[in-house]
Amino acid sequence: MKLIKKGAEAYLYLDDWYGIKVIRKVRISKQYRVKIFDNYLRKSRTLNEAKLLFSAKSIGVPVPAVFDVDVTNSTIIMEFIPGVLLRDYLPQASNKELRQLFEVIGKYVGLLHSNGIFHGDLTTSNMILCNGKPFLIDFGLGGFSKEIEHLGVDIHLMLRALESTHYKVINECFSAFIKGYSQVFNKYNLVLRKVKEIRLRGRYVIERRVKK
Amino acid sequence: MIILGIECTAHTFGCGIADDNGNILANVYSEYIPAKGGIHPREAARHHSNVAPKILKDSLKQSKVSISEISGIAISLGPGLGPCLRTGATIARALAIYFNKPLIPINHCVAHIEIAKLMCNAKDPLVVYVSGGNTIIAAYAEGKYRIFGETLDIALGNCLDVFAREAGLPHPGGPRIEKLALKGKKFIPLPYVVKGQDMSFSGLLTAAIRKLREGFSLEDLCYSLQEVAFSMVCEVAERALAHTMKKELILTGGVAANKRLQKMLKDVAKEHGAKFGVVPKEYARDNGAMIAWTGVLAFKSGITIPVENSLIKPRWRLDSIEVPWVESNYEIN
Repeated sequence: MKLIKKGAEAYLYLDDWYGIKVIRKVRISKQYRVKIFDNYLRKSRTLNEAKLLFSAKSIGVPVPAVFDVDVTNSTIIMEFIPGVLLRDYLPQASNKELRQLFEVIGKYVGLLHSNGIFHGDLTTSNMILCNGKPFLIDFGLGGFSKEIEHLGVDIHLMLRALESTHYKVINECFSAFIKGYSQVFNKYNLVLRKVKEIRLRGRYVIERRVKK
Repeated sequence: MIILGIECTAHTFGCGIADDNGNILANVYSEYIPAKGGIHPREAARHHSNVAPKILKDSLKQSKVSISEISGIAISLGPGLGPCLRTGATIARALAIYFNKPLIPINHCVAHIEIAKLMCNAKDPLVVYVSGGNTIIAAYAEGKYRIFGETLDIALGNCLDVFAREAGLPHPGGPRIEKLALKGKKFIPLPYVVKGQDMSFSGLLTAAIRKLREGFSLEDLCYSLQEVAFSMVCEVAERALAHTMKKELILTGGVAANKRLQKMLKDVAKEHGAKFGVVPKEYARDNGAMIAWTGVLAFKSGITIPVENSLIKPRWRLDSIEVPWVESNYEIN
């Protein structure tokens, strides 16, 4: 068992599971949190993530397959996806490539949303590019909902991630994302309107002062 | 070079004086304390205009410099409460015109970050800025301070203050909650809301107030409220730290004085091999010295504003401001 990533929330180990190369994702106890709350948070997120990964897989969204769940130890054993984080790949991608990638990602997210699944943390750090195909990972903050509010937050987070990390190519990426998203999800208009509303709720938003 | 800075975005009117060696020569302030309820913007502005002459004189006296030695007047033009900003800006403009000094526009949030870097001797930190008005996790990248997490509704300090007020605790609420929390024994589950990198405290506040009315122990509630709210901040800070890979973590703003929050963030920093720093109280709260010091940095980069253009900006976002004085090795991926 080899530690390959120390994330903020969990440690990822590369492991062998009955002859299959797997990722053992262990949500680690946080010293800063009180014990009872720490346990509750880790267990509920582990279970949540496993359910979401399974559901996403079953509707055809590329995510790691779940092999086993150990809620007591806040552990998920899942498929190992070799590849590079989208965050690290984007800087060297051409504009054409960016558009293609984000259109595909938009389709996947649209597929999730039309099946009542939201990811909860859509950033380029939570996407792996494997043989040219983007995989979505880390569903710990996600959930099951068809409420436009939840879906809107997903899109808002995607936009925020682009703003803070990929600000140079934000227009390329986001317009392609929406292109893919709107092809798959028929309520995209409602969601995009909600995204605007969510952004206006933020602090110090100039547009809020402008009367409609 | 010596700069006079004026802070007046919310409850505090402050004057600070700083030189270009990073020396704070004066830091004098007065805080408006409402008789009841929260900050009334008009009353706060009235307080500021009443205390301004004395605070200004005291700061000059403390620094032992005369107004003729001052190279420029730095003013916090936003973000903040309109009436307060207008009062401070009027004073700054008057000084600039009368003494023929350049006026330097400063963003309040940038100033909090710059004074934090100065006080903690940090080069390129991740900053956790938590106060009554702001909850921002920010770091520098390519010309601007980028926001890696913020509140979607009320600020952390606001959440604590309002809860304290509802519980009948006297002003200031934060420190009282901290004291009572030490006596708390039972953890009461309260809503924990992290959406991606952003936090929401309004539901937590409502739930805590409801539990209070249902008769739960105030000590237990203070304890649980702090634990849940601070855990949210820590989680977002930790993820921002992992994402940006910064090697310094700094805590500033009014809530930075809270020992429990300090301890929790210190643990976060330790886990990621980052150096942890807390800004001393008088520079963590709203103050004029931070405006003066940021004024020094901005003025050195040639940033001034003609008086006739010096409009206040109540909604001036941190991530919209160019900070050309920051030199950093950070390269965005």
